[in-house]
Amino acid sequence: MTFELSDRVQTVPPSGIRRFFEIAEERDDVISLGVGEPDFATPWAARDAAITSLEQGKTSYTANRGRRDLREAIADYVADRFDLGYDPDEEIIVTAGASEAVDLAFRAFVDPGDTVAIAQPSYISYEPGVIFAGGEVLPVSTDEEDDFRLTVEGLEEAGADEADMLVLCYPNNPTGAIMPAEDLEPIAEFAREHDLMVLSDEIYAELTYDGEHTSIATFEGMRERTIVFNGFSKAHAMTGLRLGYALGPADAIAAMNKIHQYTMLSAPTTAQYAALEALDSCESDVREMVSQYDRRRQFVLSRFREIGMDVFEAKGAFYCFPEVPEGFTAEEFAEEVLREQGVAVVPGDVFGAGGDGHLRISYATGLEDLREALARIEAFVDDHA
Amino acid sequence: MSEREVLELLRENARYSTADIARMTDLEEDEVEAAIEELEATGVVCGYQAVVDWDKLEDERVRAEVELNVRLDRETGYDDISQRLARFPQVKALRLVSGDYDFDMEVEGDSIREVSQFISEKVAPVPEITQTVTHYVMTSYKENGIELGDGEDDERLSFSP
Ligand SMILES: Cc1ncc(COP(=O)(O)O)c(C=O)c1O
Repeated sequence: MTFELSDRVQTVPPSGIRRFFEIAEERDDVISLGVGEPDFATPWAARDAAITSLEQGKTSYTANRGRRDLREAIADYVADRFDLGYDPDEEIIVTAGASEAVDLAFRAFVDPGDTVAIAQPSYISYEPGVIFAGGEVLPVSTDEEDDFRLTVEGLEEAGADEADMLVLCYPNNPTGAIMPAEDLEPIAEFAREHDLMVLSDEIYAELTYDGEHTSIATFEGMRERTIVFNGFSKAHAMTGLRLGYALGPADAIAAMNKIHQYTMLSAPTTAQYAALEALDSCESDVREMVSQYDRRRQFVLSRFREIGMDVFEAKGAFYCFPEVPEGFTAEEFAEEVLREQGVAVVPGDVFGAGGDGHLRISYATGLEDLREALARIEAFVDDHA
Repeated sequence: MSEREVLELLRENARYSTADIARMTDLEEDEVEAAIEELEATGVVCGYQAVVDWDKLEDERVRAEVELNVRLDRETGYDDISQRLARFPQVKALRLVSGDYDFDMEVEGDSIREVSQFISEKVAPVPEITQTVTHYVMTSYKENGIELGDGEDDERLSFSP
């Protein structure tokens, strides 16, 4: 028999980077700046705690919302780091990666026909998530001239005042943009004025290189309309352990938990032990990784300027977002630099509105490789000048 | 504070070029050079050496950790003893430590015979030294913060969202 695919699945186009995988396969000297995960291993203390938990046979399900001690540790951590106050019993849910939490939120709060405004360029999972939930996507593009920060003008231009929900992600994947408090304030006001629910993906919060990260949920009247997502993948280098969480008002978290309890039961138990240890004792590991990223960030930005490619000063996550030189689309540049020089980068178009003409460069790669990759990009640009 | 930052980077990898150090920090290249000069002039940085995994080489290198106990008297202090010992080129490191013994000494040579002879003929006879305990290094797993061995491959996919 042939399967009749659901309309929702058919609506979502295949991933834009699939093709690049195949080209990358053809060479064995590829240096990848296309990786969206840390090059560091999980801090040893957290791995050790995971191993110990396995040795002790702690391999059963946990409470649906995650272990109580982990939720308490998360509550303390977000209070301490980001000034966010959430009750571990009612307002926190631990999930299989922030990915699951984002999906739960779309399914819990989006009805067919609802409009979800998404600040773009952005992480590629939001759009399919909205479509799988039956909603309509409204792209809100951000611009290089605003350092890829979301503005009220941008929201108005896109017609986001009519939307039901707004999704933002700062520090941003793919641009590396951050939203300082003074830029968030008017966005918060817009959300209140137009009664928008806000999903704020703050998974890169620790990776902020200029000042401190501010959460939109800390603004007046925002807590009750915002779900904050965070997790252990980026700051604690735990991608493969699959652990994240959502913070929100009790009734919202209860709604998300209703889906989670039937579809996931509980987040991976071993990962929960690792996460507890990560919050307990790995702060200095996180600081060390952040300082490494920051050095690489400055290195990569300097090199792009030397090469003569325009790049705005990315201040968060582990990405920068240079413009492709004239004569190329982002797609062409990415394909040719991969074929000719063996450097993998992701064309900005993949990330939605406002991404065209740019490349996402990940610096979650050791300095040696970054140095070599940038030298190859320089050679490529010189060859085609 | 620029010296602190430069020092940190040199400790990470002393072969970073001044240009790369400048790119990784907010400093200009000549500021980096000045910071390095200052660190060297004041003796904060007193040398640069390679971190070696001897197991990867054919030729044998014998290393020993030696515990030394000493008895001080009115004329002789720790500094006097340490100077006598530190001048031998076979001694690679020498530290006064707390605990059951006084000095912790690292010795290196081409053979066990050479190292043993050095300890029995040059170190043990020093009048203030009352006891030596020699531990030959059999395998090294980590040196100067660097894990030895073959390292792990990067298993990440070349593209991820
Ligand atoms: C912005 C953003 N949100 C969420 C995720 C997924 O995180 P997790 O591993 O916690 O599911 C990623 C991963 O690339 C991301 O970049």
